[in-house]
Amino acid sequence: MGMTVVEKILARASGLKSVKAGDVVEPKVDLAMSHENGALVINQFLEIYKDTSVTPKIWDPSKIAIIFDHRVPAESSKTATNQKKIREFVAANRIGKFHDIRGDLGGICHQILPENGYVRPGAVVVGTDSHTTSHGALGAFAFGIGATEMASVWALGTVLNVEVPQTIKVVVTGTFPKFVGPKDLILHLIGRLSAQGANFKVIEFHGPTIRKMSTSGRLVICNMSVEAGATSGIVPADDETVRYLREEAGVTGKIALVAPDPDATYDQIVEIDVSKLAPQIACPHTVDNVKPIKDVKGTKVNQIVIGSCTNGRLDDLVVAAKILKGRKVAAGTRMLVFPASGRIYNQALAKGIIGDLMKAGAVVMNPGCGPCLGVHEGALGDGEVALSTTNRNFKGRMGNPTAGVYLCSPAVAAASALKGVITDPTKGVK
Amino acid sequence: MGKVVYTVGDDVSTDVIYPGRYMATVLPTETPQYAFADHAEFNAKLKSKQVPPGSVLVGGKNFGCGSSREQAVSTLKGYDLVIVARSFARIFLQNSINLGLRTVAAPDIDAKDGDELEIAEHEVINRTSGRSFRIEPLPPARRDIMEAGGLIAYTRARVLAGSGAR
Repeated sequence: MGMTVVEKILARASGLKSVKAGDVVEPKVDLAMSHENGALVINQFLEIYKDTSVTPKIWDPSKIAIIFDHRVPAESSKTATNQKKIREFVAANRIGKFHDIRGDLGGICHQILPENGYVRPGAVVVGTDSHTTSHGALGAFAFGIGATEMASVWALGTVLNVEVPQTIKVVVTGTFPKFVGPKDLILHLIGRLSAQGANFKVIEFHGPTIRKMSTSGRLVICNMSVEAGATSGIVPADDETVRYLREEAGVTGKIALVAPDPDATYDQIVEIDVSKLAPQIACPHTVDNVKPIKDVKGTKVNQIVIGSCTNGRLDDLVVAAKILKGRKVAAGTRMLVFPASGRIYNQALAKGIIGDLMKAGAVVMNPGCGPCLGVHEGALGDGEVALSTTNRNFKGRMGNPTAGVYLCSPAVAAASALKGVITDPTKGVK
Repeated sequence: MGKVVYTVGDDVSTDVIYPGRYMATVLPTETPQYAFADHAEFNAKLKSKQVPPGSVLVGGKNFGCGSSREQAVSTLKGYDLVIVARSFARIFLQNSINLGLRTVAAPDIDAKDGDELEIAEHEVINRTSGRSFRIEPLPPARRDIMEAGGLIAYTRARVLAGSGAR
């Protein structure tokens, strides 16, 4: 019987010839990522060895990545002390892939991993972050786990008792209209599947639209697959994956591609034609509360956010600058921009994009998670409304349970910044 | 038997259970103070020690969706609550098993604050309304970890057996 991409990856990583959905396996981990919550992982890791005669030992420090992104630079002495504790642990245990708070090498974990070539097709990637699903964009099986589970991975190098997930096949056809793109596609899909429609399942993306999509766009759709409950999103690796890894991530070694078998078994098949897709908006307070933009246009917006692990990449900043260049953010609306990494920030500087955005009135912040999860910069006031290219709009997400968050693409965010209300970029924006 | 101390609807996210602004607090001994921090009345009730261990929080579908933050589990575990929900999000369920928070998936559960629930092997019996609700059993792979007392103990046994990092 044929296998899906994830079944093939799990079979290889578990030393088995084949596996099928429902089997329980123990795959070897190729990359184990944490951010500031590494502080809790360290605590739980040491707990495993407590009251034993065994010395705590990480299975393979070269396979552990720790990236500071959630609160950078630290917003409090408590966070600064957690980060200090992690730095000391990293040095003492020779952790291989550590990205500190820096303007050149730092950034959001879900951008740092791909842009440094840490993720390869066919790999098993775990991260103590639910948006670890992002890395399926490179053909890896990548999923989020809790801190205690990560501690177990650090000790054993495997994930215990993994149930092979079922797979939903999504086939995408058609050419996106101007100012409509991957974000609108994934919001539309989440609306169709619901916030729980893919719970415990993998979403495997196919079709000519996906084949033509850049890795940057694939990162968007895999990133937000978790918002339909999915264990992971995955785009089977292809020529574009190889191009990205060679040209943008500097990978020189062999790259092996893993494709699904033609007779693989799928839980369901969903078909989407994007040629007439309108910009999509996820309305407060669930990500599956998705509406076409015409239903919410004109809604007053207090804060616009462009950035995050979903939409803080160079192409996102390019489209925003294209719309905002030579124009002004509306009075009464504030606009915050968070490039996803130092590398992207520097590329945007070189292209003059940062200047264009600032001259329009945007505040360009340092790379990091920023206001997305309400712990750091850009909190909302009581009853305020944000329109954001991030991935979640749960009550209280941006730090205020009385505020509302609408999610959208960078083009919608930029067009709306000009008017101070939710605005359709496909209508009249040049 | 446990009394229902709080009921919530579908898609209750970890941002609601444990708001992101408290994420710098990580230790299970310190997280309980922020449980449902934005639900001021319930948070105050928990902190006032009026909620006996084994009390029940009833949730809807997809309880614990969103972030993988383990604080959302340790904060509830700190009060020894039992979570009975129509369904659970994957990472929250796995974290609960790993940390030993009792979760019961009962797809049709119907209960209100103050009801007395008995959790039997295959069903939840609402002693107040007299109705019974089928329990969706945990997959055996997860049950093993739960029965070992959580993932720390389960992994410790593996480490001691010298079978790690094969």
